[in-house]
Amino acid sequence: MREQRLWTWHMAAGVVILVFLGLHMTVMHLESVIRVFNPAEGRLPVDWANVAARTKRAFFMVTYVVLLGAALYHGLYGLRNIIAELNPGAGIKKAVNMVLLFGGTGLFVLGTWAAWASFQLARSL
Amino acid sequence: MVEYKGRTNRLGVWGWLGGGRWGVERYLYTLHRLTGLGILTYFVLHIFVTTSRAFGQDAWEVSLGRVTGPIFTAGEFLVFTAFAFHAVNGVRLFLIELGWAVGKPIEPVYPYRTSVDVQRPLAIAVMILAAIVVALGGLDFMRRL
Repeated sequence: MREQRLWTWHMAAGVVILVFLGLHMTVMHLESVIRVFNPAEGRLPVDWANVAARTKRAFFMVTYVVLLGAALYHGLYGLRNIIAELNPGAGIKKAVNMVLLFGGTGLFVLGTWAAWASFQLARSL
Repeated sequence: MVEYKGRTNRLGVWGWLGGGRWGVERYLYTLHRLTGLGILTYFVLHIFVTTSRAFGQDAWEVSLGRVTGPIFTAGEFLVFTAFAFHAVNGVRLFLIELGWAVGKPIEPVYPYRTSVDVQRPLAIAVMILAAIVVALGGLDFMRRL
């Protein structure tokens, strides 16, 4: 039952990623086809002028955090499944679960802090 | 007792590459896993690189400077390609998982039709869609080289 629930969350996270990473990829890598959220003309999406313009919008701050959580869960749960299929011993399985759980939580905290701090910084500019 | 004829169920990672007489969907499964692992690796590094924007323009530009150049651009395009494939193939898997793209049960009347007759066109359609997304993304990457 627990695994079924985790798998359902994995699929739900995939849908969230499809929407928000799809938007992220459109903004960052389809800029010459669809120009959205890059107000600085003639500059790349990664240039500071465009980065700061996006970062100061609450919409992006919130969606980055949602995407971060969904992508970490989806990716690390997928990795856990791949490792589990290799049929490791119970001790290794437990260690993998702990590493992925704490590693994922740490990355989520770091990414969330970065989204919040850069939002505050961009708004003050 | 289960009697294995030939290959066992426990092929491990090698089973991803050539586990038997499987169709194209089996190799999409392998590619889905490989692209997933690639995207996850990139994503973890991406979190560290993009954290620098919280320290201002100078930190952002220094951080970005470390991952700029033709090799990184080519690598990023590879990640974009992996994303395009993983996303559309993920939609296909989602539709199949929920039973929406496996066809209705039918009588086994000759000439026999199987669920693959429904799934294969979907697999081809999503690969064409992935190729279109990759081509559009390629235009953007060409601009940067």
